[in-house]
Amino acid sequence: MGLKFDWEKNKEKIHELELFIEENKNKKGALMPVLHKAQDIFGYLPLEVQNIISEGLSVPLSEVYGVATFYSKFSLIPKGEYTIGVCLGTACYVKGSQEILDKVQEILNIQVGETTADGKFSLQATRCLGACGLAPVMVINDEVYGRLTPDAVEGILEKYK
Amino acid sequence: MNLYRAHVLVCGGTGCHSSNSDKIKEKMEDRIKEKGLENEVKVVMTGCFGLCESGPNVVVYPEGVFYSHVKLSDVDEIVDEHLLKGRVVKRLLFKEAVEENIIKSVNEVDFYKKQTRVALRNCGIIDPENIEEYIAYDGYQALARALTEMTRDEVIQLVKDSGLRGRGGAGFPTGLKWDFTKKASGDKKYVVCNADEGDPGAFMDRSILEGDPHSVLEAMTIAGYAVGSDQGYIYIRAEYPIAVKRLQIAINQAREYGLLGENILNSGFNFDIELRLGAGAFVCGEETALIESIEGKRGMPRNKPPFPANEGLWGKPTLINNVETYANIPVIFQRGVDWFRSIGTEKSPGTKVFALGGKIENTGLVEIPMGTTLRDIIYGIGGGIPKGKDFKAVQTGGPSGGCIPKEYLDTPVDYESLTKLGSIMGSGGMIVMDEDNCMVDIARFFLDFTVDESCGKCTACRIGTRRMLEILEKITSGKGEPGDIEKLEELANNIKDSALCGLGQTAPNPVVSTLKYFRDEYEAHVYEKRCPSGHCRRLVTFVIREDLCKGCGLCKRNCPNDAITGEVREAHVIDPEKCIKCGTCIEKCPFGAIEKR
Ligand SMILES: Cc1cc2nc3c(=O)[nH]c(=O)nc-3n(C[C@H](O)[C@H](O)[C@H](O)COP(=O)(O)O)c2cc1C
Ligand code: SF4
Ligand code: SF4
Ligand code: SF4
Ligand code: FES
Ligand code: FES
Repeated sequence: MGLKFDWEKNKEKIHELELFIEENKNKKGALMPVLHKAQDIFGYLPLEVQNIISEGLSVPLSEVYGVATFYSKFSLIPKGEYTIGVCLGTACYVKGSQEILDKVQEILNIQVGETTADGKFSLQATRCLGACGLAPVMVINDEVYGRLTPDAVEGILEKYK
Repeated sequence: MNLYRAHVLVCGGTGCHSSNSDKIKEKMEDRIKEKGLENEVKVVMTGCFGLCESGPNVVVYPEGVFYSHVKLSDVDEIVDEHLLKGRVVKRLLFKEAVEENIIKSVNEVDFYKKQTRVALRNCGIIDPENIEEYIAYDGYQALARALTEMTRDEVIQLVKDSGLRGRGGAGFPTGLKWDFTKKASGDKKYVVCNADEGDPGAFMDRSILEGDPHSVLEAMTIAGYAVGSDQGYIYIRAEYPIAVKRLQIAINQAREYGLLGENILNSGFNFDIELRLGAGAFVCGEETALIESIEGKRGMPRNKPPFPANEGLWGKPTLINNVETYANIPVIFQRGVDWFRSIGTEKSPGTKVFALGGKIENTGLVEIPMGTTLRDIIYGIGGGIPKGKDFKAVQTGGPSGGCIPKEYLDTPVDYESLTKLGSIMGSGGMIVMDEDNCMVDIARFFLDFTVDESCGKCTACRIGTRRMLEILEKITSGKGEPGDIEKLEELANNIKDSALCGLGQTAPNPVVSTLKYFRDEYEAHVYEKRCPSGHCRRLVTFVIREDLCKGCGLCKRNCPNDAITGEVREAHVIDPEKCIKCGTCIEKCPFGAIEKR
């Protein structure tokens, strides 16, 4: 996947972001909501987008960068088509979610925080998803899979390949 | 208004939602229409019922018939049999709702009978997306009373008299905090709700926000009036999309009804609330870091004092309370201080909500009067440990808390008693562990979390927790050396004494408490290279017991690394050099002949 930012292709998205900045720039503490919006629109926060935010809000780029890197929800690199989150919340952990995570890592051959070479899957370890009753739990985009065993992982991932 | 003969409540909490309860609700409505019952039966989607383990859950009123594990394909039968013909669908009843052929209503099931629902009073009962339902359950009456009949000081006095203490973990008296904020001087003041819910294994606040968002809005507005603020913020985790959506709907509805905004209920009092989303940093649950984050900065804690009550958001006096703390406020106004104080203990009145999880039969949300014993929660409400296993410990307080062993199961739960045991009340995570869980590994798990989440501002926390994690990893992988345990203790003391914020100060707790109660497990790892629970893979060996092996060959056929040899009908053996400790053979052996040692 090319990491170069395509201004032409992203024209509409940039416009959307600029509108949002315009609407919110007089709000106190606008940087976080704007970063959330940008993350939603682009799926990540490349330097070019950080620049737009910096200028739009009159906040130094170093500060935008500092905030964007502090929070784990903001990503500086693009994510895969499907984001897999294996819950490592306490309730899931004591019921063996580490083994689920190990299995996903083994099958996709990536570590937590990485994306597969074909851009298909990104892998994250999440905290409690509020579905402890189904522990151990994994989510793929918005779909939740519960009461997992390591053996079930392969079949689930197959559906997305 | 239409009077319905029956109400069907479908749980729309996160747990049930993830097993498609939204589709169950739609299908239920369709089928009801098909059968011409739409003017007689109403379907409502509510917040979490609390018994997430058995979801998706559905309750039919007026009888209170409790169906669990409902599937889409069961919907037609419920409508056709129960709603149309009045015959309960027995095969779908919650397992404990039938006793000797008598069907118990939902309130008589042990799980609920032993609870006292104050903060969760409306969860699983009302439609959180409809303000009318909240109002029908006496919602916004407390606000009306405060604004029209009470002075600001009277409001604060009432909260003080109730004895309510902060449910975010530390248990600080809520009325006192309101008083400090009121007395602080400032031209502008803020009211903040901490909905960052950082404990990685807990979801109490989320369920309140999803199931009863107006109770939090109402309480914040009352607080705004009391302390003299016209602006509130709810700082909520971005990972809670359903809660965010329902809160936004609730805020919009409250504005429409004149319960938020300008001149609320014609009292001349103005107050509005805005949502701010967190972005995945645990430390932002700490109040000063949370304030930094709302201001649009990196969420690094500030030095205290000054406390937020004097200098908080944008340097202005700021009241900050937890979701569950707020959820208690309206009902204290409605039912009075005496009623509230009649629940719980002298020093900790009221109830506490816990997210009960781990190795327990009934996983879910439970609300109990303070002073209930751990045993009552785990065995009485939680239904005990599954699969006949032995209880080992219960963890409270998440990464800031500790593990409590069997000897203390009869401890009544309140702020002081849990602290005395080396744990804390915390925000309400309660994870049960059985004989298969390794306590050294659990300590490692929490340290791994803290290292990940330390903001890096102070060295003791940033470097110290990392050093502790390294030692714990060494121990659990079988490379522990004499002196390691003592080093852990020394580091723990250091970090406790010199970290700036609560995250660092409490980070060693999981290690300290497991060392206190399970030191023998640490010693077995370090000195005998043995994990007593058999969890730490690198420390166990798989052995076939000659006396039990029938020589069926199943293990041999399934071993992925050809580590097992033996002739048919003769005892088999595992070659420890080849064994990769995958555990397959144990699962496959029909005679229980394989052991972890
Ligand atoms: C590391 C850390 C994390 C915290 N996380 C939370 C949290 O997720 N939710 C919460 O309400 N309080 C949390 N707190 C406590 C808050 O700082 C604060 O005491 C609380 O919000 C006050 O509300 P209360 O008095 O109503 O409990 C945390 C504290 C620390 C030190
Ligand atoms: S104790 Fe840890 S989390 Fe708290 S301020 Fe210091 S480094 Fe940050
Ligand atoms: S644990 Fe796995 S590798 Fe070891 S003997 Fe059993 S099946 Fe084979
Ligand atoms: S599966 Fe059990 S009984 Fe059969 S050969 Fe293996 S150890 Fe022996
Ligand atoms: S700990 Fe995994 S869903 Fe709660
Ligand atoms: S989410 Fe349905 S019972 Fe908790």
